[in-house]
Amino acid sequence: MFFKKTFPGGIHPPTYKNLTQNYPLEEIPSPQKVVLPLIQHSGSPAEPLVKPEEVVSMGQKIASSDKYISAPIHASISGKVSKIDYFNHPILGKSLAIFIEDTGVHPDFIPFTKENPENLSPPELKKIIQEAGIVGLGGAGFPTHVKLSSPKPIDTLILNAAECEPYLTCDERLLQEKPIEVFKGLEIIIKIISPKSVFIGIEDNKKELIKTIEENLHKLGLNKIKTFILKTKYPQGGEKQLIKAITGRIVPSGGLPFDVGTLVHNVGTVFAVYEAVYLGKPLYERIITISGKAIKKRGNFKVKMGTLLSDIVEYCGGFIKEPKKIIFGGPMMGIAQWSLDTPIIKGTSGVLFLTDEELNLENSTACIRCGKCIEVCPMQIMPASIGLAGEYNKWNIAKEYSPLDCIECGACSYICPTRRDLVQFIKLAKQFTR
Amino acid sequence: MNSLIVSVSPHIKTKDSCKRIMWSVVLALIPTGCAGVFIFGLSALKVIIVSLITALLTEAIIQKLRHKKTTISDGSCFITGLLLAYNLPPSVPWWIPALGSFFAIAIVKHSFGGLGHNIFNPALAGRAFLVASSPRFMTNWTPPRWQIDTLTTATPLGIIKEKISHPLPSYLQLFLGDRGGCIGEVCILAIICGALFLLCKGYIHWYTPFTFIFTLGILSWMFMGNTLFKGNWLFHLLSGGLFLGAFFMATDYVTTPLTRRGQIIFGFGCGILTFLIRKFGGYPEGVSYSILIMNAFTPLIDRYTKTKKFGYTKTPNPK
Repeated sequence: MFFKKTFPGGIHPPTYKNLTQNYPLEEIPSPQKVVLPLIQHSGSPAEPLVKPEEVVSMGQKIASSDKYISAPIHASISGKVSKIDYFNHPILGKSLAIFIEDTGVHPDFIPFTKENPENLSPPELKKIIQEAGIVGLGGAGFPTHVKLSSPKPIDTLILNAAECEPYLTCDERLLQEKPIEVFKGLEIIIKIISPKSVFIGIEDNKKELIKTIEENLHKLGLNKIKTFILKTKYPQGGEKQLIKAITGRIVPSGGLPFDVGTLVHNVGTVFAVYEAVYLGKPLYERIITISGKAIKKRGNFKVKMGTLLSDIVEYCGGFIKEPKKIIFGGPMMGIAQWSLDTPIIKGTSGVLFLTDEELNLENSTACIRCGKCIEVCPMQIMPASIGLAGEYNKWNIAKEYSPLDCIECGACSYICPTRRDLVQFIKLAKQFTR
Repeated sequence: MNSLIVSVSPHIKTKDSCKRIMWSVVLALIPTGCAGVFIFGLSALKVIIVSLITALLTEAIIQKLRHKKTTISDGSCFITGLLLAYNLPPSVPWWIPALGSFFAIAIVKHSFGGLGHNIFNPALAGRAFLVASSPRFMTNWTPPRWQIDTLTTATPLGIIKEKISHPLPSYLQLFLGDRGGCIGEVCILAIICGALFLLCKGYIHWYTPFTFIFTLGILSWMFMGNTLFKGNWLFHLLSGGLFLGAFFMATDYVTTPLTRRGQIIFGFGCGILTFLIRKFGGYPEGVSYSILIMNAFTPLIDRYTKTKKFGYTKTPNPK
C-alpha cells in the first residue's frame, strides 16, 4: 500500500522504543507486600470482601461491587490482609486500598473456572470475563464485560496493536512472544460478538511483529483476521483515530465506537481474556514496560498488581541518573508520580523514569498564535483558542471550542513552540463545561 | 526523591521552540537584505543596522522598565527590525529607521503586552507611522547603484500611477531587483529563496501568500488594463512589495488568523485591498496597508472560521 490510511492531524514524536523493544518478557518475583486500590477501573469502586487479619490466597476475589460498571479485584499474592486503609493511588492521588503481606505460606493457585472453553456460550464467557476482573489494559480501565455487551450491533472488531505512545513496548513484546495466546483470546471475543470483519491495527514501524502476526495467522488458519498496517503517527492508537484509519468511519462527537458498529480492544486485554477463559486465571498480574534513561535495568516485565514502585526500582537495580519525572503510562498521556510508594494497578502500561535531557523542560510563554496545535489536533478542535480564553478565565468562551471532544492525547502541548500547557487548559475548560 | 516534578501530561515536548522558529525567519530574511545592500549600496546597510540596533535597545529597555525577563534573544525583535528596514527606501536619513523601529517596538508591540499580544504587525505599523509623519523621505527613491546617471528614480508602480515619463523595467529586471524601491522588496528571487526555506521547514504555509498573490493577479488582469481582461498582471505582481508582504508579513503568526480557512480569507482580503488601493487609492502601493487593515479583521475572521471538530454532526448528540 503506497498511501497508508490515517486520521487528520497527529504528530511524530521520537519513539524511544529501541530502549526496550528487544528485551524479552521477564517476571518480577512476587513482592513481600502488595497494596491493591479498590478503584482500578472506570465505574463504581469495589467493596472489600475480606477483613484485616484474614488469610487470602493468590487469585482469590477480595473486593467486588454489585454495580454493573465495575470490576472485582483479586489478591495478587498469598498472605494475610494486614489492613484496609487509604494509600497513594497513581491516578486519583489517594484511595482506599487492601494491603496484603506475604506470610511465607504459599497455597496452590486454584483456577476459578475449569470449563472447556469450546463448550461455553457467549453469556457464560462474558460472565467469566466479568468475574476475572478484566478491564481495558490500555490505560482507561473500562470494564471489558460492559464493552462486550454493546447495545448496538457490532460488525467490526479491531485489535489495537498500534501502541503509538513513545517508550511503551509491552503490547509489542506480548504479541511477539505469545501470538497464539492472544489470537485465542481474540477468538473468544469474536465468539461473543460475532463481528463480520476483524482487523489487527499495527503501526508500520513494527516490521518484525507484522511478520510474526502474519505467519501465525497463516499457521492457525485464521483467514478472517486481517492485519492492517497503519502509518506511524501519534495518536494512531486512539480509539476514534484507529477506527477512522481502518474503517473510514467517523465516531460522532460525543459518541462511542459502538455508534459506528465497531469495537476496539487492546492486546493486553485480549491476552487477559485468554488467561481467564483457558487458564481460569483472574487479572492479578500484567505486563508493563520499565523504561527511561534514569533506571539501570530496562525491559518488559510481568508484575503483580499492587506491587509498589520501590520494589520495582529495587529489582531493576536502582537509578543510574537522577530521575526528574516518574510517569505511570506513556510520556504523552501518562501521569506523573510524586512518590515511590505507589502501586501498579490494572491500567498501568508502563513506568518511565525520565531524566532532564529527555524532558526538555522550559517555561511557557505567551501564545504566538502559530496554529500548530490546531494542525495536529486529531479531534480537530482549537487548543490555542481554549488556552487563550482560559488564560483570562473566560471559560464561557472556551466552552464554544468544544473542549469535551478532547481526548487529551497531548499532541497540542507537545508541538507548542511556546510550551503552553494546552492540555491543562482544556482539562480545566472541561470542568467548566460539564 | 525530593526533586521529582509532577505536572500534567504530555511529558515530552518538541525541539521546535519559538526561538528556533524566529531565528529561522531571520535566516530566511537574510538573502533579500543582502540583495538590497548589493543593489543600493552601503546606505541600505546603514538603514538595516540602525533599525536593528534601535529595535534591540528599545525592547531591552522596555522590558527592564517593566521588570520583565529580557527576551531579545528570542529573535522576534530582530524580525521586526529587519522587516522595518526592508520596508524603507535606501536613501532615508539615519533617524528615520531609528524612529520607525522605536515606534514599532515600543508602541505597536509592547504597549499591547509584547510578543503574542500585538494586534498589528509591528514593522508595518512602524512603516505606516513613518509614511504619515515624514512622507518626504519615504517617497524619495534611489536607483540601483549602477545607474550612475540619475540621482533619483521612481518605483515601477509610481511610474504607472503618477504617469511619469520614465522607462519601465523589464520582467527580468523586476524579478532580480534592478529597479527603484524599498531595500528588502526589490529582489524577488532572494525573497522566494527565503520563503521556500520557511515553507519546507513548515514554519509558514502557502495558504495566505498563495491566495494573496493569486487574488491580486486575477484582479490586476481583469481591471488594471485599458479594457476588461487586458491588465498586465505579471507586472503588477512583480513590482511593489507584494512578495515580501505576502511571504513574510501576511504570514506573521501573531497578527493573522489561526486556522487554514481563516488564513485563506486573510490572503483573499489582502489581495482585494491591495488592488483597491493600487487602482483607486492615493498611494501607488497598497500591500502594507492591506495587511494592516486585515490585521484588524483577524479577531473577527477567527471567530467565524472555527474548525469543524472530528465527528461533527448536525444533530448534537447521537445518543
